[in-house]
Amino acid sequence: MAKKTTNKSNEKGWEYAPSLESTGHIELKESYDLFIDGKWVKPSSGKYFETINPANEKVLAKVAHANEEDVDRAVKAARKAYDTVWSKMAPSERAKYIFRIARLMQERARELAVIETLDAGKSIRESRDIDVPLACNHFFYYAGWADKLDYAFPTRKVESLGVAGQIIPWNFPLLMAAWKIAPALAAGNTVVLKPAETTPLTALKLAEIIELSGLPAGVVNIVTGFGDTGAAIVAHPDVDKVAFTGSTAVGKHIQRAIAGTDKKVTLELGGKSANIIFEDAPIDQAVEGIVNGIFFNQGHVCCAGSRLFVQESVAELVVRKLKQRMDSLYVGDPLDKNTDIGAINSKEQLEVINKYIKIGIEEGAEMYQPSCEIPSKGYFCKPTLFSNVAQSNLIAQEEIFGPVLTIQTFRTVDEVIQKANNSPFGLAAGVWTDKGSRIFNLTTKLRAGVVWANTYNKFDPASPFGGYKESGFGREGGLHGLRAYVKLK
Amino acid sequence: MTRLQVLKTYKLFIGGQFPRTESGRYYALHGKDGIAIANVCLSSRKDARNAVVAARKAFGSWSERSAFNRGQIVYRIAEMLEGRRSQFIEELQLMGLTAANAAKEVDASVDRIVYYAGWCDKYQQILSAVNPVASSHFNFSVAEATGVVGIIAPEESPLLGLVSLLIPAIAGGNTVVVIASEKYPLSAVTLAEVIHSSDVPGGVVNILTGTADELVPPLASHLDVNAMTSSGLSADIARAMQVQAADNVKRVVRYSAMDWSKPSTQGLSMIEDLQEIKTTWHPIENIGGATSSY
Repeated sequence: MAKKTTNKSNEKGWEYAPSLESTGHIELKESYDLFIDGKWVKPSSGKYFETINPANEKVLAKVAHANEEDVDRAVKAARKAYDTVWSKMAPSERAKYIFRIARLMQERARELAVIETLDAGKSIRESRDIDVPLACNHFFYYAGWADKLDYAFPTRKVESLGVAGQIIPWNFPLLMAAWKIAPALAAGNTVVLKPAETTPLTALKLAEIIELSGLPAGVVNIVTGFGDTGAAIVAHPDVDKVAFTGSTAVGKHIQRAIAGTDKKVTLELGGKSANIIFEDAPIDQAVEGIVNGIFFNQGHVCCAGSRLFVQESVAELVVRKLKQRMDSLYVGDPLDKNTDIGAINSKEQLEVINKYIKIGIEEGAEMYQPSCEIPSKGYFCKPTLFSNVAQSNLIAQEEIFGPVLTIQTFRTVDEVIQKANNSPFGLAAGVWTDKGSRIFNLTTKLRAGVVWANTYNKFDPASPFGGYKESGFGREGGLHGLRAYVKLK
Repeated sequence: MTRLQVLKTYKLFIGGQFPRTESGRYYALHGKDGIAIANVCLSSRKDARNAVVAARKAFGSWSERSAFNRGQIVYRIAEMLEGRRSQFIEELQLMGLTAANAAKEVDASVDRIVYYAGWCDKYQQILSAVNPVASSHFNFSVAEATGVVGIIAPEESPLLGLVSLLIPAIAGGNTVVVIASEKYPLSAVTLAEVIHSSDVPGGVVNILTGTADELVPPLASHLDVNAMTSSGLSADIARAMQVQAADNVKRVVRYSAMDWSKPSTQGLSMIEDLQEIKTTWHPIENIGGATSSY
């Protein structure tokens, strides 16, 4: 039963009855093995770990922990599949396999959404309407590229790279798997993918779908495990390409680990993105944009608009409306269709977020949280706003990866450009203003890979995504996303 | 009486000026017959850092210049180099090249600069895209300069190798700090004079002479350098460079040692390697029932 917020606006108005998504139609096994060479194989260590539902701390399934030996088997399978089947197949046939995977995913979309919500803690509304459709569409989009690569890179000879080792995070488990696998396959590579340890289930369901699709054995291998499993993939000498999405710290570690090798690498790392509100912005829409920017997916978003900059003349108004809107957010059972903010992905992440909230208070910033109740079981965090924040505060500099927003004010365009760019990160930015010429001034000068003008946190398979500076390099999505998986001669 | 020749002092090029190394150190350069031909600055870590500061300061206005204007300026470099053709040939001969090879090296360098001058206002159209997103948004991706780039010039091919790495970087709007060839530094310093007289704003190109061993680490580990490019770097230095580059997730572009006189060594990819792709979204109003059909 969802815990509803008991907030000011709702006390006066309507309360929503809980509207729980059914879990009756999903199929989860008690334990999952590794998907290597088209077969489900036991981990050589015999070790399994539990993946839990962060909303109630109940175990969902046991999952194999792959070690170096298992990773070696997976890479060998991927190499064999690359050499004997996948690189030799007509690109148009390759495309048809990827289209088929997209269709099978679409057919099982609701099941995937429910499992994603159970395993990751994200609200069913988001996994149903955003994660899963985007993941399906990503396969559908890249499928069509497989036999059109010559058009993507005119006058150049396009070749695949070989075996791609891919490591993905827990914030958008299935979507990140799609972002990695679809362009790799379309460009003619084979794949060894490691999902995050707290959210392996949808990648394993995807493996079942891939098995069902008849994709040749070894083209996609899914190995579950922890950081050691990922490190084994990065270090494997027969991996031609490493693609990683995750923290900047681990990204740097990977960059060092591959030094001196010829491995290609793309990194999609952290961020501390600025969301900038000018006085002429449509304020109500901007407030929705702020909320979507930072509270979408519990703030577990690398491009989250976690640094809010509001022009001084409207700061009071924006903060008042923002607090009002925060009061009306539903924090609770991710399976409830009314829920806005679901569960924090893991106990560890909740501790990180709480640590930063404590730091924020100690640094002298002023904290606001709505007076809503949060469930007693599971990992939850109230939406949190810090005002009276200085540029030098840790909570305004470091990525928190939770529903925590800092607000600063500014007077001039130049000032806010400088403040926004004053960060080692450069993943995304938001600009809210009614003035077209100002939008283009800002979008040109902000050093970030994605700029949302009068919107925020929008994603599409056709739209390239990726960062400047310490937010990583390489793009995922769109025509530019193909570049990461080809060699051009 | 015979006239005494006035010899040139080879200095560094930082922020549009020609300072000596702050370290006061030098190394002697000898011609093929063993005769000393010049004392060359042995730049220090501090010189490298000063150069990065100058490059960063110049980055904003250089990258925001109109593409057309950048093309004009890069073309101007070619004009100035052509005008000093004989000086470069003499200098290359002094460092040991044959007259024929020296002439080829200079001519190919001029042609390469003209080639990239023409790219300045064209690569954007090739590398950019309007993306057909499924929601009601206008979405486009454009190429933008990566930032401050550290360039380790190839040891061989004293002028053409340097030009081949340097020009595509600045044509793409980056600002650069170059470590000149240790063996053949003179033409790099003289190229600085050409650049200085070509309307290239101070700080866009900075050139250091010295050893790669000493100068690569301060650039590769500098938190205000965004990318490193090199050609034919030794495996040891390259590996160390990649490790240090990770400190701020630098882009590391390594070209193998190659014959830069081949036309296939120039191309769009040399510009593309130092570009970022920025994607911008904006909503499209979606009210009423009017369509574009007529």
